[in-house]
Amino acid sequence: MTRLAQVFDELRAAGRKAVIPFVTAGDPDLESTAKLLEALAGIGCPILELGIPYSDPIADGPVIQASYTRALDRGVRLNQIWPMVREVTRRISSPIVIMCSMAIVHRVGVSRFFQQAIDAGACGAIIPDLLLEELPAVAEEAEKYRFPLVQLVTPTTPRPRAVQIAKASRGFLYYVSVTGITGERQQLPVELVQNVAWLRSQTDLPIAIGFGISSPEHVRMLAPVADGLIVGSAIVRRLERCSAGQIDQVLPEVLGFVRSLIDAADSKSGSGAGPSDTAGAADRACSISKNTPQ
Amino acid sequence: MNSLRECQLLKPHNPPQSVRRLDPPTSRTNNQWFTMRVTSTVVARGRAERGRCVKTPVFLLAIMTSIPVSKLAQVPDMRGRYGPFGGQYVPETLHRALAELEAAYEEARNDPAFQQALDELLRTFVGRPSPLYFARRLTEHAGGAQIWFKREDLNHTGAHKINNTLGQALLTLRMGKSRVIAETGAGQHGVATATACAHFGLPCVVYMGEEDVRRQAPNVHIMQLLGAEVRPVRSGSRTLRDAINEALRDWMASVETTHYIIGSVVGPHPFPRIVRDFQSVIGREARQQALQQWKRLPDYIVACVGGGSNAAGIFYPFIEDASVRLVGVEAGGRGTASGEHAAPLSFGRPGILHGSFSYVMQDDDGQTCPCIRCRRGWTIRVSVRNTVIGKKPGAWSTPTLRISRRWMRST
Repeated sequence: MTRLAQVFDELRAAGRKAVIPFVTAGDPDLESTAKLLEALAGIGCPILELGIPYSDPIADGPVIQASYTRALDRGVRLNQIWPMVREVTRRISSPIVIMCSMAIVHRVGVSRFFQQAIDAGACGAIIPDLLLEELPAVAEEAEKYRFPLVQLVTPTTPRPRAVQIAKASRGFLYYVSVTGITGERQQLPVELVQNVAWLRSQTDLPIAIGFGISSPEHVRMLAPVADGLIVGSAIVRRLERCSAGQIDQVLPEVLGFVRSLIDAADSKSGSGAGPSDTAGAADRACSISKNTPQ
Repeated sequence: MNSLRECQLLKPHNPPQSVRRLDPPTSRTNNQWFTMRVTSTVVARGRAERGRCVKTPVFLLAIMTSIPVSKLAQVPDMRGRYGPFGGQYVPETLHRALAELEAAYEEARNDPAFQQALDELLRTFVGRPSPLYFARRLTEHAGGAQIWFKREDLNHTGAHKINNTLGQALLTLRMGKSRVIAETGAGQHGVATATACAHFGLPCVVYMGEEDVRRQAPNVHIMQLLGAEVRPVRSGSRTLRDAINEALRDWMASVETTHYIIGSVVGPHPFPRIVRDFQSVIGREARQQALQQWKRLPDYIVACVGGGSNAAGIFYPFIEDASVRLVGVEAGGRGTASGEHAAPLSFGRPGILHGSFSYVMQDDDGQTCPCIRCRRGWTIRVSVRNTVIGKKPGAWSTPTLRISRRWMRST
């Protein structure tokens, strides 16, 4: 059983939903990313998603694009990211899933990329621009290492194709909530819950919903149908004005926000989830102290 | 069949020994190569400007690599592949739109009414056929081959881009979509898209890098006069590459109602094929004109290669003519080092960008490199708008085509 499957099994057994934060590797710098990942695991995020910065992301909105540009402008390279991931994965128990463009995976070499990711302790990867048609050759390599490749289903995916994608997906299934790019939304589509519920009936794989989720209300709305909720831009935006080495200044705000999402995910009915439920979050902490890493 | 077509890329002058020669992934021992020299000013000098697009057209890669001649006319395959190149590397959100586009195009291609409507537009709206013109003074100046221009600059909107935008606008209507988006670099494709949309009454949004908006203000003005909205792109390098990214992002959100008219032989399948096919009117006409005017085919066809639409357009109908040598010219910039040129076919390597697998300029991490190419204008006159056709007068031992900067300025 892979680490991801194990985590989702544990969550299901406990009747809990995962809030999965997305952060960009190297924004504002790699030390800050490491601190942030540890702190997020510390407040009870059972899975973390780490974005590898790319010069030409198609699926990403302005906030994540800008964070990629900032990281690349500061000279962040893959051979610096992997040691950082290795350091972090040694210290936390929450698995890290890599989000990376196929352009990078291809350049590094499919097999070599997976090897590097596994050596660094990553527990899976999402390659957002790899369609089902192009998947088999890449998936074959991933299977050799038993490295889960998470596939995406979107609102424009016809239902028979969605079933095929679910079959090909490993670790969990990523449901893209909106037709569009990443970024915070005021409102999510009304048919979203229904679509995910349908997908739920088609696969036993855990389903995580991403794109646009940016408030506790969104989390409360989606938690009943999903196993995980991925939050990216709303977190990355809070790091925008943070300069290198200054992560401690924004960390409380970021953690406070993620805590509010975790509380919302745990609130079930959607009532009584006040912003003060931090004690519960602290109980769920993994192996790391809370928001003040050394 | 193992004889391969040749396609020689003109290198900037004196490439250092350390520069990797163009080596397609597979052996081409049977391929004949020849060297064609163009005075370096055209391809390698001029005021350099940073940050142009670095994409290589998928179609040309098929010519360069080991696809037998007999198969070349049949690319792409069912999966949108030109040999190893092409394909679809896009988010799942776009898959359905690409599948719909492929189906709609396949249907349109086999529909005589569609072809007739397009031919009629090309004749009455674009002003085709464009003349094949003998450049007498340039021929005398160069003192070698007879040089003829395929005058795509005489089309409506002043470039070959309109051939493709009209075809794709017709497809847009056929698919029942009500809005068009496009990307543009210098503005030629933007103007051609805005023109086609104005003709059909389709709302049109053109994405253009902020740098290009500044540099190409007259084209921005024309697009706006034609009713298009020009959206400056401020992300990344603020040029064509980012305009394509931004148009793809718009399409991600608007795909149900919007068609994205790509102007170059780039992007995910079926775009490279659609652009190649709509642009092949250039080559079909040129072939016919050559046979009528000279009673024979040209010896060389020289086309500049940026996004590759004019090159694919003129080369494609000559693919099976083994006697016609096809020469692509890339922008040499000011040197052969990474970031100093815009010649991915010569100095790039296979990689993924903008939804397809082709030659790109990437660093070892897969990040797209900035690049440089000569100032527009000097290169545009001979090669972007006009494709040069060389006709060999008798025996021609050392094919040499010289186009000097002085001549370029004097025209």
